[in-house]
Amino acid sequence: MGQIENQIKDEVTILFAGDSGDGIQLTGGQFTDTAALLGNDISTFPNFPAEIRAPQGTVAGVSGFQLHFGSVELFTPGDHADVLVVMNAAALKSNLDSLKKGGIVIANIAGFDKKNLRLAKYEDGVNPLNDGTLDGYKIHEVDVTKITRETLKESGLGTKVVDRSKNMFVLGFLYWMYNRKLDNTIRFLEKKFSKKPELIESNIAVLKAGYYYGDTAEAIASRFEVKPANIKAGTYRNIMGNEATAIGLIAASQKTGLNLFCGTYPITPASDILHFLSKYKNFGVKTVQAEDEIAGICAAIGASFGGALGITTSSGPGIALKGEAIGLANIYEIPLVIVNVQRGGPSTGLPTKTEQADLFQALYGRNGESPIPVIAAQSPKDCFSAAYEACRIAIEHMTPVFLLTDGYIANGSEPWEVIKSEDLPDIEVKFAEPREEEDPAFLPYKRNEKFVRPWAIPGTKGLAHRIGGLEKDFETGNVSYDPENHERMVKVRQAKVDKIADYIPEQALDAGEDAGDVLLLSWGSTYGAVKTATKILIDEGKKVSHAHVKYLNPLPKNLGELVKKYDKVIMPEMNNGQFIKIIREKFLVDAIGLNKIKGLPFVTEEIVKKVNEVLA
Amino acid sequence: MPEVKEKKITAKDYASDQDVKWCPGCGDYSILKQVQSVCAELALKKDETVFISGIGCSSRFPYYMDTYGMHSIHGRGPAFVMGLKTARPELNVWMITGDGDSMSIGGNHFIHLLRRNVDVNVLLFNNQIYGLTKGQYSPTSEKGKVTKSTPYGSIDHPFNPLSLAMGAEATFVARTMDRDPKHMRPILIEGEKHRGTSLIEIYQNCNIFNDGAFFPFTEKATKADNTIFIEHGKALVFGAEGEKAIVLDGFTPKVVSISDIAEADLWIHDKYDRVKASILTRFFDDPREEGALPRPFGIFYQENRSVYEEGVTAQVERHIEEKGSPNLDTLLEGPNTWTIK
Repeated sequence: MGQIENQIKDEVTILFAGDSGDGIQLTGGQFTDTAALLGNDISTFPNFPAEIRAPQGTVAGVSGFQLHFGSVELFTPGDHADVLVVMNAAALKSNLDSLKKGGIVIANIAGFDKKNLRLAKYEDGVNPLNDGTLDGYKIHEVDVTKITRETLKESGLGTKVVDRSKNMFVLGFLYWMYNRKLDNTIRFLEKKFSKKPELIESNIAVLKAGYYYGDTAEAIASRFEVKPANIKAGTYRNIMGNEATAIGLIAASQKTGLNLFCGTYPITPASDILHFLSKYKNFGVKTVQAEDEIAGICAAIGASFGGALGITTSSGPGIALKGEAIGLANIYEIPLVIVNVQRGGPSTGLPTKTEQADLFQALYGRNGESPIPVIAAQSPKDCFSAAYEACRIAIEHMTPVFLLTDGYIANGSEPWEVIKSEDLPDIEVKFAEPREEEDPAFLPYKRNEKFVRPWAIPGTKGLAHRIGGLEKDFETGNVSYDPENHERMVKVRQAKVDKIADYIPEQALDAGEDAGDVLLLSWGSTYGAVKTATKILIDEGKKVSHAHVKYLNPLPKNLGELVKKYDKVIMPEMNNGQFIKIIREKFLVDAIGLNKIKGLPFVTEEIVKKVNEVLA
Repeated sequence: MPEVKEKKITAKDYASDQDVKWCPGCGDYSILKQVQSVCAELALKKDETVFISGIGCSSRFPYYMDTYGMHSIHGRGPAFVMGLKTARPELNVWMITGDGDSMSIGGNHFIHLLRRNVDVNVLLFNNQIYGLTKGQYSPTSEKGKVTKSTPYGSIDHPFNPLSLAMGAEATFVARTMDRDPKHMRPILIEGEKHRGTSLIEIYQNCNIFNDGAFFPFTEKATKADNTIFIEHGKALVFGAEGEKAIVLDGFTPKVVSISDIAEADLWIHDKYDRVKASILTRFFDDPREEGALPRPFGIFYQENRSVYEEGVTAQVERHIEEKGSPNLDTLLEGPNTWTIK
């Protein structure tokens, strides 16, 4: 047996790719959990087709899962992969661009037979494994299908069932390559198939076969070790963005004692929030899968009127349908959190791909003057605090609030230092007090020092009142067509939202000096890539700073002052330039846009390159 | 101890301080009056009663009730009802809607409310016209209707709201009319008592844009021949002297002279019989046509079926029983954690 070298690596990116029926997401998810439990920092990015089972073997049907893990802190799923695992020819065709020069390709050769090559639209007689396409890469070919069948030939299971476990072979092999133990996945399989013991056995057998294959086949000259990351001491868990959003909403409901009510309609990539919330009924969570998007939000508003914490979740097209109801919540002035997990648009657009092009929709997508606070999450784990904060603002300021996340962070995952419930900030809930007949008349639109009206819920004695979409009198809330009153109401609704700026943190710098050549000004899910780019640029000695805006409406009070301290302001956005228009308009700063509209997140080098161009 | 004199609740106690702004002579006034009077009769608690509406003339209704109220957006009343009732099942909720609001823009929500069977009283003011937008035809307008938007007559075939409701799995289906408060009142009371969605269609005269649409059913001269008032357990008999009856010939209803049939052959109305109730809702002939079946008024159908919001609450309670009281810290930790020292 030859010498197998053991190399230590700081960070590694693996990209798993195969048919959407190949179990790619599960394989990636298992490797992620195992890496996380070992103490690596991780960041993941699943990338799947819009069709559930697109035609097998075609490029359209390729599902991918990118995993970045390391012994250093990571903020992105990795620009390019060190290892590309491809289950068929189509997976190679559509992902080779993502592999580093000199990277490793692990190919299931059963997926490169005549039929698969034809489905992937390679010309007759061309096989990318041997035509020079992969020159300069380290190729490792395994007949995963054949070995899996061989392993299970005495299991008595049918070929279809057997073939379904071939992802376990790949996982086992990668565990060997990266010196991982199998325990976590074995535990997972035992739980997943607890009712089908024969599948536990078969999957474990194939997993082990993959692992031992590494040991005996002398297939690869190196094994790699990625030590635990040197991250802050504490207890961590792995968390996906949509899950973090759901938990943030539940946490706010628990902390306030308000029942959580989610009125919603399934839509990619937001449905997982509904799925998560639906599981936690013992937290008093009520979820209604309504007949459409409009009914979802209207139900949530109805619940809020009743004193619940009303939530609706959706993505761009659904938000468009909810527009009229959002305007109603605005004039009702009651708490409501509207979650938009953004995806590529317009219209149905790119349902499974990411974009941050709904900022204008959140800010302006309603008739009339209808200001609404907007918060954006910056990473999977940040979805928790952003959701919690959206609830705080909605409740304390009696207003609908937009929470923007996107497909990239909603489906991506990263480790999260578990927060204790006692450490969560307080949220003040105040229902209007009951009133006796002899007390002064109840004024449902009389405001406090924050310009916030009382939340008077049915069932409270003496507070019977009517709210509606018609313009209201300044204090009584009765219908009013008075011209002066309308202007006054429009102004006070705006003032109420503007006032929130007094109750949010000032804008801080994420990195760099408080003045310099370039400020990278970002929002939403671009955070990780911009942060990583800033670090590279600062290490190169460039005078670059980074500020990441979480509160998009109202903006932090000091933001205007902050952006003016730099020669250039560069604003990376996954859209055609939206936040930049706001910054330019509000602060008269000649900001430079860096826009990517490909349904894919930024990679670090794109940002580094742009800064260097501007500096040159 | 001084004697506390119990103040008698009257209809006026349910009237808000807002001026009622419907056109003089509008059928809505009569409905408002009956609802307020029924509220008083049943001594509904003002602080625990909520009126919810969509958009349209009828949907201004909540502003005139001294209860909690939500005037919402066009057609979406059922969704607000569903949310409020799911969050607060103990509240007494009424929904006011019109034929434009519920049959057109809100058609989808209307049918889903009925199938879910949320406990709410739905008063559907049907005037077969758009009033607030000034006189366009509605989804219940008769074919050929000449209006501002259909100067040469409408092409659309109209909805039959009660038949639609039966198809949407409604559990309480009734019809009454603005000009017969004595009939409306017990129907409202029965609707309020019913657990689930009580759909009450009310023929309501729009004296500005569709005056007399229901006169064949509401006016003295024609009412007796064009209507049949159905009551559970009673025979389907109508006419000024009760001289006509409806019998079923197979599945086909027929008008017969009461003297021509044996008592045993009369159709006795059974509001729990879904098939026969469905046939009754199909009595939808144009009264001007020869041989038209009379239009039925009363409670067509009633069914005792589980109520949506109670199901939701029961599931939450069952889950608490099974999984125990919520522990936020356990949720925050999730199934797998690791510690870095």
